[in-house]
Amino acid sequence: MAQPLLELRGVNKSFGVAHVLHDVDFAVYPGQVTALVGDNGAGKSTLVKIIAGIYGRDTGDYLFDGQSVNVHGPRDVAALGVEVVYQDLALCENLDIVENMFLGREETKGITLDEVAMESRARETLASLSVRTVKSVRQSVSSLSGGQRQTVAIAKAVLWNSKVVLLDEPTAALGVAQTRQVLDLVRRLADRGLGVVLISHNMGDVMEVADRVTALYLGRVAADVHVEEVTHGRIVELITAGRSGDLGIAENPATATV
Amino acid sequence: MSVESDTPAKPADGAFASDNRQAVTLGDSARDYVNRLRGGDMGSLPAILGLVVLFVVFSTLHDRFLTTYNMANLVVQAGSIIVLAMGLVFVLLLGEIDLSAGVAGGASACVTALMLIDHDWHWLLATIAGIVVGAVIGLAIGALVSFLGIPSFVVTLAFFLALQAIPLKLIGSGGSLRFNNEVLRGLSIKNVPVTAGWIAAVVIVLGFAALALWRYRSRSARGLVHQPLPLVIIQIVVLAVIIFGLTALLSANRAPNPNLFNISGIPWVLPVVIALLLFWTFVLTRTRFGRHLYAVGGNAEAARRAGINVTRIRISAFVIASSMAAVSGLLAASYTGKVSPGSGGGNELLYAVAAAVIGGTSLFGGRGRAMDAVIGGLVIATIPNGLGLLNQAAYINLLVTGGVLLLAASVDAISRRRRSAAGV
Ligand SMILES: Nc1ncnc2c1ncn2[C@@H]1O[C@H](COP(=O)(O)OP(=O)(O)OP(=O)(O)O)[C@@H](O)[C@H]1O
Ligand SMILES: [Mg+2]
Repeated sequence: MAQPLLELRGVNKSFGVAHVLHDVDFAVYPGQVTALVGDNGAGKSTLVKIIAGIYGRDTGDYLFDGQSVNVHGPRDVAALGVEVVYQDLALCENLDIVENMFLGREETKGITLDEVAMESRARETLASLSVRTVKSVRQSVSSLSGGQRQTVAIAKAVLWNSKVVLLDEPTAALGVAQTRQVLDLVRRLADRGLGVVLISHNMGDVMEVADRVTALYLGRVAADVHVEEVTHGRIVELITAGRSGDLGIAENPATATV
Repeated sequence: MSVESDTPAKPADGAFASDNRQAVTLGDSARDYVNRLRGGDMGSLPAILGLVVLFVVFSTLHDRFLTTYNMANLVVQAGSIIVLAMGLVFVLLLGEIDLSAGVAGGASACVTALMLIDHDWHWLLATIAGIVVGAVIGLAIGALVSFLGIPSFVVTLAFFLALQAIPLKLIGSGGSLRFNNEVLRGLSIKNVPVTAGWIAAVVIVLGFAALALWRYRSRSARGLVHQPLPLVIIQIVVLAVIIFGLTALLSANRAPNPNLFNISGIPWVLPVVIALLLFWTFVLTRTRFGRHLYAVGGNAEAARRAGINVTRIRISAFVIASSMAAVSGLLAASYTGKVSPGSGGGNELLYAVAAAVIGGTSLFGGRGRAMDAVIGGLVIATIPNGLGLLNQAAYINLLVTGGVLLLAASVDAISRRRRSAAGV
């Protein structure tokens, strides 16, 4: 298999006494959709935030293109070409769509903001995502519906010609048509050669678009397999019990009670 | 370009429901505006209405209220409140507060006065020294708030008490420093030559008109969201009427005894306020720093995830507030002609907070403009001015001003609730 675009090795993370991630290995391959699945509280969002540079990691390596990299914050990660759509979206409600999409990376002419360039680019990106329901790109985010916000957050992530895109439950707030669009987009991004990570609780979606599945169980990687190797039912077992047949965490009395 | 199409029949990809016809006519703009008002986005409207009410009430109760002499007086009195409020807008934008801004201004003015009197410094150097004192105070507050995470309310309350020690120590209780430097005192008691005033007025109006029209052309040419041309022209006309009207008013001889004296021209305070207004408006609306201020005020976590250095933004806001407080302290000293240990320790701060909030800056963060301070400051300054003419006791003044602050905060809180309900 090709070399992973982005890889974490042996990552541990604790919040105070809560040990949330245990020796997690995680890899994102170019041109593939990696589904990250796990029950509520399994540590998916925490893993995403570590990749995004929002949380530091206690131990473990962060590799990009096979090279070990030092990331100290969201800016370093963005510079690598990694974009994240957060579960809680992280939009500023008092700013409009364009302002949100370029937040932290505003285009400037001299010392002034280049609103014309930003608005044009934002429009193009939204148009390429076939966003029809937004009234105007200068609408403030507080006036958008949950699904529209979701779309803005996704548009913000694909604006930057990135190499890796992580989406934390991007379809949770979406209607049928919008979900369809996001899943198509996820597939299109991967077909363009990006590494895509999709977090979802909907196994139908996962089976449909994912190439690989990484299952987390109580902060441990229970399985990291090709989607063809598993069935819907086995993924559910991995999520709920941490093992399924020959896959999963070995029964170990030391960890079984975690 | 992806959106140009004059055939609304075909909802092409990316035809944002109503972008193409957005506010093409005045009627559309008016409807938009009413919708925003309904949704709780009131901006400065309550302040403008309040100002009109105050003017009507005071001018009917006292015939000298509307004289050019009193209007010029009002401009000078409002100056220091407006500048203090303009600085506070920056911390309010972040949802923080600076209770020490008033006394920071007093301490700064005290340092400037000492440099002028004891050390014979040039006025410009002494002014810079005062502003540096303000900036250092802001830096200390910002650092304590950002690094130790103490609520700004508590930090600045401590500073409010401690900073009063500076002038008390430097001046001694009961004493005062005269503030009679030609230039600095002149800010309040001298006027811009009438011709120069007119030239400046014309330059400002032409500059605004050119900018607004250029903006309209460049945005409409590329099919971006823009205001309809008639609205742009109305804005230019309104500004021209205000600026030229004010200039004409202040250029007339307003001496109570016009045969003996000639007092005419724009008080120097006004150009100072306008320059600060233009500068900070530019910073807030046209620079990355300004954009980041709004972002941190709106959602600090989102800003952090976008790679914005939230600590730096927060500290800068406190530095700006305290530096503007220093300028305000100098204007206040210029008006009274002295600095005393109590300077800035009275109602200055609450007046300024009230001014910003009345003008439309939200106490909850994320909303506010430099212009809010100007409009709100005029409202706040009008109250003591009018009541003073009516010979009302000081307690009435306090009651009215306190009531106005409460009213403004209520409008803010209610419109915030409506905003989140209506989603405007
Ligand atoms: N900032 C934090 N401080 C302390 N504990 C945290 C923090 N963030 C997450 N946790 C804990 O880490 C665990 C994993 O949380 P995480 O948000 O990563 O779960 P998740 O897999 O994304 O779940 P969901 O499917 O509900 O989104 C949870 O037990 C949570 O309580
Ligand atoms: Mg999660």
